[in-house]
Amino acid sequence: MTMNSSPDPALMPGAFAPIAREQSVHRLSRPSLSYWQDAWFRLKANRRAILSLWIIIAMLLFTVLGPLFWRVDPAAQDLQQISSPPGANRSVVIVEPYRPWAEAPAAPSEPGLDVAAPPTTQQVRLVWTPMPGAADYRVYRNIVPVKQGGALGVPLGTSGSADVTHYEDRMDLKPGVAFYSVLALDANGAALPAVFTRRIEVANAITLAEAKARAMVKADDGLGVGDQIQYRLHPLGTDYLGRDMLARLMQGARVSLFIGIVAPTIFVLFGVLYGSMAGFLGGRIDQVMMRFADFVIALPFLLFMILFKIAFGIGPGESGILPMIVAMVILLWPATARLVRGQILQVREEAYVNAARLLGARTNYLVLRHMIPNTFGVILVTLTFAIPSAIFTEAFLSFIGMGVAPPTASWGSMSNDGIKSMLISPHELFLPALMISITVLAFNLLGDGLRDALDAKMRSRE
Amino acid sequence: MWRYTLTRLLQGIITIWFIATATFLAMHAVPGNPLAGDKAMTAEIQANLEAKYGLDKPVSQQYLIYMGNLMRGDLGISYTQKNREVNDIIREHFPVSATLGIIAIIFAALGGVLFGALTALYRNKWPDTVIMLMVIVGISVPSFVIAAFAQLALVRINGALGFSLLPVAGWGTVAHMIVPSLVLGLGTMAYLTRLMRSSMLEIVNSDYIRTANAKGLPATRIFTHHQLRNAILPVVTVLGPAIAAITTGGFVVELVFAIPGLGRYFVQAVQQLDYTVIMGTTVFFGAFLVLMVIAVDLLYGWIDPRVRLN
Repeated sequence: MTMNSSPDPALMPGAFAPIAREQSVHRLSRPSLSYWQDAWFRLKANRRAILSLWIIIAMLLFTVLGPLFWRVDPAAQDLQQISSPPGANRSVVIVEPYRPWAEAPAAPSEPGLDVAAPPTTQQVRLVWTPMPGAADYRVYRNIVPVKQGGALGVPLGTSGSADVTHYEDRMDLKPGVAFYSVLALDANGAALPAVFTRRIEVANAITLAEAKARAMVKADDGLGVGDQIQYRLHPLGTDYLGRDMLARLMQGARVSLFIGIVAPTIFVLFGVLYGSMAGFLGGRIDQVMMRFADFVIALPFLLFMILFKIAFGIGPGESGILPMIVAMVILLWPATARLVRGQILQVREEAYVNAARLLGARTNYLVLRHMIPNTFGVILVTLTFAIPSAIFTEAFLSFIGMGVAPPTASWGSMSNDGIKSMLISPHELFLPALMISITVLAFNLLGDGLRDALDAKMRSRE
Repeated sequence: MWRYTLTRLLQGIITIWFIATATFLAMHAVPGNPLAGDKAMTAEIQANLEAKYGLDKPVSQQYLIYMGNLMRGDLGISYTQKNREVNDIIREHFPVSATLGIIAIIFAALGGVLFGALTALYRNKWPDTVIMLMVIVGISVPSFVIAAFAQLALVRINGALGFSLLPVAGWGTVAHMIVPSLVLGLGTMAYLTRLMRSSMLEIVNSDYIRTANAKGLPATRIFTHHQLRNAILPVVTVLGPAIAAITTGGFVVELVFAIPGLGRYFVQAVQQLDYTVIMGTTVFFGAFLVLMVIAVDLLYGWIDPRVRLN
């Protein structure tokens, strides 16, 4: 090659010879990364997002594999353990079958209230020293310590006369601590100031016959009266019908996650189709299609969710999962459609699309090779954020009684059940609420991470 | 501006018409007959009742009657409560919901702006960490759970104190309103805090802040007069959706705290399948939300001229 500015007539093709290729002219200093590899590196660097990803995987395993390990029927009732909290005392003493209290017991040696027999859930036999001036006695039971001058608790009954200074309580006894009080009454039935109070620990009791009937004791175990056995294990306690919380949480997870993942997947897919079609076709069709989407977006979401749930109805034996998914799909697709349409319009004008078109690429190729991969990041982020809001919606609807029909459990319906006995057994509300919160949090954080990793424009400014 | 206002209003009216029609169609798709049910009735009574409610006419005619009544503002009579008009129910219970919602919005907006500004000001220091942690909780925990635990905490606090610090449920005095509106506003507040934070951080690097710094304005004045005022703008745009979120979130809070608001009434009507009340409240809430969004849009156009020019 010469540096002559004027053309040389002697310049013939034969005068050219290829120069030797130089070694390592253009070696990249770093490995080249595709878009997805790059995104994955970014995501991996985000510790919160990775932790969330693991939490989501753990939740899915809990749902799918959990029931294989914890083989307890979520609908089976354990009537001995109703609303028992996690880690409740499960030990139970085998006792004789109940026999009426015939003989009058001896009064306690010291003045006050005492028990005549070991107090169990079968019976609590109280006996007390006579009080001066009493014509009758009334017995009370409380679950909290009785304060001086405070409330004595539930009135159980009266002994009947001044001579009878004993009382047998068999009314709905629960294992644990109870505070019994005996109040002296005068001849008119009015309360006298004299009162005895005693803290009594009530043990769990079961008869041998009952234990055998419930398969807690086998015939050849050699267990007899006075031996301790254990109730069935419920690691996370039971609900108000004595159903195992762990098994129900697993079943609830299946419903909540199923709705939470399937509904967004469908409406995002539909939105992608609708939006890309509108974006492609453009012009008048695009206008009409997007106007319609605008109207659907303007519908108040939860109100129409409820309305659709009523309109679809739940037949006998149905769980109500399908109507909820259908209603969500009908109402939630336009946001994705709008987003995708915007993306398509933008990508359509990009230089690389024009370049591909110039090189003779067909529409199919353009769409599959350029348009969809370049909008996929945005679609994925939308999907990740749609999942927690779908889980929220399911929980909200189930909570107001418009969600899945009993006996199907979902985390929302479990919360709804739990809120009724919130004061006595908070674990029934706390556990499903915790599951919802952790899952929603994990999906939100993962969505944040994905958005940061996939889309530089949408990157949140941290 | 007038043109913009008119266009938005017209769009709003069409949307409300769309909502009313969709409600009508959805309710007519309900399987079964709203008048059949608990009491055994003869065919004659059935026919009379259907004539009374216009159910014996073809659907197209029913739709015309329904739309005609709607235009006159007549939402019909409750099916389950004798002699009670839907209008009366709304008139009686909506003010309660509105009061609760307004307090919640004020709380959410003030809290969101304040906390968002604080996090941006103390970026990556402990106030930022603590507030953002609370924001994550506010976004991830469903409102009914927060409501239930707030109530539980209130019961425990009142029990420990030995007297009633704040009432656990009910409505009537200012003391009744505090906890429910706090709970109701919490989710929105978390969202606004996040928005305010990113908006503030974006503004810190803008030219006019640099100019203000260069001409020697004190930092506090830059913060209050330049950063805060400009950062609030995006917050105004989400107030419309926030009102919607608070209105529907109100259902749950009213249910948990036993507040006699329209939301609780709506949920009850849904559970009892009181069709006219469901239709009436849906259209009412829908129209209310659409108008609120328009109002916020107009407000935004008034604050920020760039919007209405586009």
